[in-house]
Amino acid sequence: MIIAERKPLEDIKQMIAQYKKILLVGCGTCVTVCWAGGEKEVGILASQLRLAFRRDGGELETLEATVERQCEKEMVEELKDKIQQVEAVLSLGCGAGVQTIADRFEETPVYPALNTKFVGMPEREGLWIENCGACGDCFLDRTGGICPIVRCAKGLLNGPCGGTNKGKCEVDPEKDCAWTLIYRRLEKQGRLDLMRKYYPPRNFQAVVRPGKIEAQRV
Amino acid sequence: MTTGVEFLPCIVAFCCVHSAYQAADAAGRMRIPYPENIIMVHIPCAGRVDTLHILRAFENGADGVVILACHEGACHHILGNIRAKERVERANALLREIGVDGRRVEMRTCAPNDGSRFARVCHELEEKIKELGPSPLRKHA
Amino acid sequence: MARSFKETLNSGKFVVTAEVAPPKGTNLKKTVEHIDLLKERVDALNVTDNQSSVMRFPSLGTTVLIKECGGEPILQMTCRDRNRMALQSDLLFAYTRGIRNVLCLTGDHITVGDHKEARAVFDLDSVQLLHLVRTMESGKDFSGNDLDGGVEFCAGAVVTPEADPIEPQLIKFDKKVQAGAGFFQTQAVYDMDNFKRFMEYAHQVDRNIKILAGMVLLASAGAARYMNEQVPGVFVPQDLIDELRSAPKGTALRKGIEITGRLIRQIKEEAICDGVHIMAIGREEVVPDIMVAAGL
Ligand code: SF4
Ligand code: SF4
Repeated sequence: MIIAERKPLEDIKQMIAQYKKILLVGCGTCVTVCWAGGEKEVGILASQLRLAFRRDGGELETLEATVERQCEKEMVEELKDKIQQVEAVLSLGCGAGVQTIADRFEETPVYPALNTKFVGMPEREGLWIENCGACGDCFLDRTGGICPIVRCAKGLLNGPCGGTNKGKCEVDPEKDCAWTLIYRRLEKQGRLDLMRKYYPPRNFQAVVRPGKIEAQRV
Repeated sequence: MTTGVEFLPCIVAFCCVHSAYQAADAAGRMRIPYPENIIMVHIPCAGRVDTLHILRAFENGADGVVILACHEGACHHILGNIRAKERVERANALLREIGVDGRRVEMRTCAPNDGSRFARVCHELEEKIKELGPSPLRKHA
Repeated sequence: MARSFKETLNSGKFVVTAEVAPPKGTNLKKTVEHIDLLKERVDALNVTDNQSSVMRFPSLGTTVLIKECGGEPILQMTCRDRNRMALQSDLLFAYTRGIRNVLCLTGDHITVGDHKEARAVFDLDSVQLLHLVRTMESGKDFSGNDLDGGVEFCAGAVVTPEADPIEPQLIKFDKKVQAGAGFFQTQAVYDMDNFKRFMEYAHQVDRNIKILAGMVLLASAGAARYMNEQVPGVFVPQDLIDELRSAPKGTALRKGIEITGRLIRQIKEEAICDGVHIMAIGREEVVPDIMVAAGL
C-alpha cells in the first residue's frame, strides 16, 4: 500500500494562510491504515489548524469529509456540495488522491497535507517499511522475494557492496542490508545459484514515465 | 490579562469511572476541598479519551486538560491507562507544534478510595496552570 | 616507468601501488608533489573518485595529470555519480589520454558524504561496470552500437576479505572475476591468517587472478580502534592495537609505518599474494618510508 506522512504543521499553515474556510478530505484506504490521512487524522488536523489559527489571532472554519478511495473520480464526486461551501481543499490523501480532487474540481485550489513516501507494508504497529519501488520489471523471482531495488540503498542487482556490515547497511546501521537478507533466504532455500548469476543493468524503459497501463480487453 | 481580576483557570479533567470519579466522591464525603473550577468529564475508562477530545477541550476554552486514570497495572480494561498516556503524549506534541506549552495536558493516576490524593492532584494542577497563565487558544472575545 | 601496469602485473614481480587524493578545489600543488614523490617508486597510482562521497577535483583529471607527470595511473570509477552514458564518455576520453587502467567500484552512498541531499545515481553496480568496460573493448557501446575507435583497459575491482558475513562477498568476488576483472585491490587487511584463508578461496576461483592486499597505515591506537568500530569489513587484531598503544609518545606514526612495513614484508616473503596497495590516507609523504620499512 501507499505510505504517507503528514507534512510539518508550519508548511500546512503557510499553504492555507490566506483562507477562512476550507474542507479537509481524508481517504479511507492506504493512508487510513498508515495513520496519516483517515477520518481520525482529518479530525485531529482540523482541530489543530483551528487552534493554530486562533493562536495567531485568526479564525479558521473547517468542514471535514473522508471518502473511501480518494484516487477514484467517482468516489470524490460526493464532495461536490461541501466543496461549493469552501475556498480551498486540504487533502489528506496520497499524491494520487490530491490530483483526483484537483482534476475533478478545477475551480478550487487543492493542497496536499501529506508527503507521499513510498509503497510499503507495516512491519509492526506504527512502523512501515518501503518494499517496492514500482520499477516495472519485478526482480523478486531472483532474490527470494526481497526487493533489491528499494531495500538495498544503492539498488544493486549483483550482490552486496563493500559497505555491508554484520548484516546492516552502510547507509543506516539500523537497517538490514538487503543483500545479506537475500543471501540468507536463498541459502535457506538452496537456491544460491541465483545469486551467482550475472544480472545486467536495469531497464529504465520498463515504465515510461509518466506510467500508463491500458487493460487488454479480450 | 492585566485587568486585576484573578485568573481562574478552566481545567477539564477526564475522570475514569473506576478510579478518579470515585475518588472525587470520596473527597466530597470526607469534606476535603478541591478547586471548583475543575470540569469533570465522566469516562468509562481512560482509554476512551482520544487525542481529538483533548484538542476539542482546548477549542472550547480549556486552559489545561488532565486525564485521571487508574494506577498503572490497575486498569479495569488492562491497557486503557497506557493508551491514554500515549494520547496525552501525542496531544502534547500537537500542541507544541502550534506553539503552546505541552505541559497544559497531562495524565495522573489515582486509586478509587484516595480522596485526598484526588484533591491534592487538583490543587497541583490548578497551581501549574495558574503559573502558565490563560491558554492562548481561547476564543478571542 | 617504462612498463605498463598490465605488464607489471604479468611480470611476476611483487607489485606495489599507492593512492593519491585529488584536492577539494583547484590547487593541485600537493597532489603534484605526491605524484612526483611516488611515480618512480610504485608501479601505479590510484586516484580516488570523490572518495567517501566528498566532492573533489575529478579522478579523471588527476589521472591525466599523473600521465603528464610520467606516472602510471589507475582511474577509480564509481557508479554513484554517473549513469552508464557518462561512464562510457569518461572511459572514451580516458583512453585517448593514455589511461589504460580502471578500477571499477560501486562507490559509497551519497548520504555518507558532504552532499547528502544529492541524487545517488547507481545506474550500474560494480559488476555491471566491469561488463561495460569489456563490452566497450569489443568495439561496441553498452547498447550495442559500433564505436569509431575502440578502447582497451586493464580493469580491476575491489574485494573485502574481512567482510562479515563473508559468503555473499565471495559470491560477488566470483562474479567480478567472471565479468573480467584482471586484478583486485583489497580493503585493508591486518590479520594475515584470515587473509591467507581468503587467498585460498580466491585461488580456487581463479589460479591466476592478481591480488594486491590493501595496506592502510595506522597512525595511532585510536585510529585502529576507529577502523574496527566504524569501517565495515576491517578488522585490526588486538595485538597490533596494543603495539601501537605501547609506542612512546609522539612515535605512534613511526610505529604504524613499522607495522605496515612488517606486514608487507611478510606478504612478500611468504608470497601470500601478488603485491600490495598502500593507502596512507592523507599521509602520502610517508609511503616511501613504509616501502623502506618493508625492504622494497
Ligand atoms: S523488483 Fe521492482 S516491482 Fe519488484 S518489488 Fe522491487 S521495485 Fe517492486
Ligand atoms: S550495505 Fe547492503 S543494503 Fe546497503 S547499500 Fe550495500 S548492499 Fe545495499
